[in-house]
Amino acid sequence: MTLADQTATADPATADPTAATAILAVPASRGTCPFDPPPAYERAREEEPAAPVRLWDGSITWMLTRHQDIRAVLGDRRFSADANRPGFPFLSAGRRALATMNASFIRMDDPEHARLRRMLTGDFIVKRAEALRPRIRAIAEDLLAAMTQGRSGERAGHADLVREFALPLPSLVICLLLGVPYEDHAYFQQRSSTILSNTAGLDEVRTARADLNAYIKQLTEAKRRRDEDDDILSRLIRHDDLTDDEIAAMGMLLLVAGHETTANMTALSVLALLRDPVQLGRLRADPTLIRGAVEELLRYLTIVHTGVARVATEDVEIAGRTIRAGEGVLCMINAANRDERVFPGAGVLDVGRDARRHLAFGFGVHQCLGQPLARTELQVALEVLLEGLPNLGLAVPFEEIPFRHDMLVYGVRSLPVAW
Amino acid sequence: MSGVSHADGERLRVAADRTKCCGSGMCTLNVPDVFDQDPDEGLVIVLDPEPPQELHHAVEDAVELCPASAIRVARLSA
Repeated sequence: MTLADQTATADPATADPTAATAILAVPASRGTCPFDPPPAYERAREEEPAAPVRLWDGSITWMLTRHQDIRAVLGDRRFSADANRPGFPFLSAGRRALATMNASFIRMDDPEHARLRRMLTGDFIVKRAEALRPRIRAIAEDLLAAMTQGRSGERAGHADLVREFALPLPSLVICLLLGVPYEDHAYFQQRSSTILSNTAGLDEVRTARADLNAYIKQLTEAKRRRDEDDDILSRLIRHDDLTDDEIAAMGMLLLVAGHETTANMTALSVLALLRDPVQLGRLRADPTLIRGAVEELLRYLTIVHTGVARVATEDVEIAGRTIRAGEGVLCMINAANRDERVFPGAGVLDVGRDARRHLAFGFGVHQCLGQPLARTELQVALEVLLEGLPNLGLAVPFEEIPFRHDMLVYGVRSLPVAW
Repeated sequence: MSGVSHADGERLRVAADRTKCCGSGMCTLNVPDVFDQDPDEGLVIVLDPEPPQELHHAVEDAVELCPASAIRVARLSA
């Protein structure tokens, strides 16, 4: 059976209604535990590891859910990340518009992808992230002090951890690295948020994208005139072979990816630990567990939760199916990170586990460029919170925490805590 | 340090392909005694092409963890 047969069955005008409803619509809803992937993905991983699924526009694509298969696809150059190729799967009209307008290198294949990415890899090497650790720690300690001294205007001993700590920490760091003024954070955070929404309307998404594009271009213009700053944007300007559009696309990618991901991972990690006093206790008792715990939290929570998209450029056998050239695949890394074949007891958070094989940063040549920085930020954030707030707890019932189901990056909208 | 054979005679020869490397840093993060990244392009540098036996397991992990399949190891007999 090919995907074309599936498409025929799934056409609402002609299909047998029972056959059509048998095809899962993605993104699927989560079940009762907000930390677990949608049950439909976990079921597919055991029953149909390459499953045809229906997207918002009625089109059909392949969904992959096993660790081994996703590793194979993301590491295979016969699968393209170029969103302009026919068959590339999108989660919404907004996502399609974003991925196909002035795309950054995450939506390109080698050699063009490598040419652009290599202009940035030096800024995100492991040693550089380590060298930044004291500075990141100082920023985290300042934020914690401001939060606990009640400068945020909340009642004493209470705060929204997202607003006061989890979001400003990576935002301040990426602003520092890029050379973006942090005072503009309300402007770029609001627009990032729209860009990362799977439900925002097409016009809204286009406007947010155009605003951010113009914002970065204005910043780079000013830097070009000054020609004295030593930050990533200033260094990009000095590359003669980069166009203004390429610089803007890279700047936007780093700004958006640089703060939303770590912010959500931080808040969600704190929430998961507060929900699991045994794991939290282990971490408090032995802070040397923190590095491994961050890998385990990345695995367990996998905030990129709606699939990593690719399109086949040749016919490829995966999970017993033939993915034809021109057919799309969605790699559900959240389901793969709960694959018992790789992580025994995968449904359980275990801060002592060796979770390094997780796919939370993706796999293949597109694997997250900023992962050394993200790791350092997450390690520091958890250390500073655990050391500084020995009595940290939730300030509202767990059921009242608002989760970001509709966003490309999963997390919580706010996290009311008390200490 | 390289080329030293060990008690059971097993040696491991490590090579990296910088044209494949995407600078993820997984190798240097996990086995900093054997791998580094150059500060300009962030691409892999093999510091110790014949690492001591106590690092063999870690190097094999690094091969598996490399997202770009840029690391190759060969077992050499003594």
